[in-house]
Amino acid sequence: MKIPYFPGCTLKTTATNFEIPAIEVAKKLGIEMVELDRWNCCGVVSYLVSDDLMKHMAPVRNFIRVQEMNAAGIVENENRMVTLCSMCYNTLSLSNKRMQKNPDDLQKINDFMHREEIKYDGNVEVVHLLSIIRDLGWEAVTKQVKKPLKDLKVAPYYGCMLLRPKDVGIDDAEDPKILEELVSTLGAEAIDWDSGSRCCGSYHTVNNKDIVVNLSKGIIEDARKNGADVIITSCPLCAFNLDNRQQDIKEKDQEFETMPIVYFSQLMGVAFDIKKEKLGWESNHISPDILF
Amino acid sequence: MAKIIKLDDKGVEFLEKINELSGETITLCDQCGTCSGGCPFITEMDVNPSQIMRQVMLGQKDIMNTKTMWICASCFTCTVRCPRDLDVSKVSEALRQVKLREAIDFIDIEQISKDEARKLPSIAIVGAFRKFTG
Repeated sequence: MKIPYFPGCTLKTTATNFEIPAIEVAKKLGIEMVELDRWNCCGVVSYLVSDDLMKHMAPVRNFIRVQEMNAAGIVENENRMVTLCSMCYNTLSLSNKRMQKNPDDLQKINDFMHREEIKYDGNVEVVHLLSIIRDLGWEAVTKQVKKPLKDLKVAPYYGCMLLRPKDVGIDDAEDPKILEELVSTLGAEAIDWDSGSRCCGSYHTVNNKDIVVNLSKGIIEDARKNGADVIITSCPLCAFNLDNRQQDIKEKDQEFETMPIVYFSQLMGVAFDIKKEKLGWESNHISPDILF
Repeated sequence: MAKIIKLDDKGVEFLEKINELSGETITLCDQCGTCSGGCPFITEMDVNPSQIMRQVMLGQKDIMNTKTMWICASCFTCTVRCPRDLDVSKVSEALRQVKLREAIDFIDIEQISKDEARKLPSIAIVGAFRKFTG
């Protein structure tokens, strides 16, 4: 399966430890993620006001790239565009839904981007790699598990952007199961906890770090209380807030016990017995060596 | 006996502006408090989200001086729980936009130390500046 892939800015900079293992595990599952030519930043956050059309141009340009890949025969009849970063997934999906529901908005954007050789037809579907894997069936994943993660307790952390709002969520907004299913397929145990979809504080990490420190501390302590050894995520911003900000938590509270935060792709990589060098461990702030 | 609350012209103008920008009909809010009850940021806010809804409904523009709309990080927890299907995240965004469109930014790049800026991932910086500048 060859599928157009939108990486986003952070996966190419601070979150290479998300992207590299994701591409490897996808390959093992028969999914070839073909990076979009000339992709551009999605904007990170979605603009939620009604008169904000200009802010939707960046996502739409990326959808045009998907159409071009089909036209050039790089992919065959594949209108899906796969993402890894939860924030990109959310922002691109929300813009896409708006274009699909409002042909007038789409027309305006297409008219404005007159330098694009083709117009966006509204037919691209933004998908997350986790959804593709679930659709393949967990059996396919089981077949690739070479080193089951026995005795490992994992806290499945969804954050906000994979689940909300409902019309773009990859699973039930209040009772998601997809990460739990993945974790148990890999041979580990998913803990039952309350903080799996609790916000980590998001971009407040830039100018109001204390909010993030408090929220992240609560999330990590809840994971610890419920017996977790590690937290998994699919969002580079959650990863930064939960992983790197543990240093700030520790400065405020010396008693605080750190916990490794890894991407779901890294956890899959370990279970698939992919070489350690390809899992990008050096970019994780708190060492995840417990996984080996 | 029914009591009628009359909004003055400025109040009506404010309510209509927020309705238009958010795309929500704010007067549909029943004031059940579900949004406030589930908000992960509630302890950081000076006015809770359901109060915001109420004050906008009453055209009370002074809520523009509270910090709640800047604390809301569009996590959509309230959005998925509102029994009236109202999107409070969109209302917060509309309020932020009213301020930002007066060319009043909420973030100043000079206040972020170079050391801190080097550590931050691009996703955080782009996100914050898109939400906090006009």
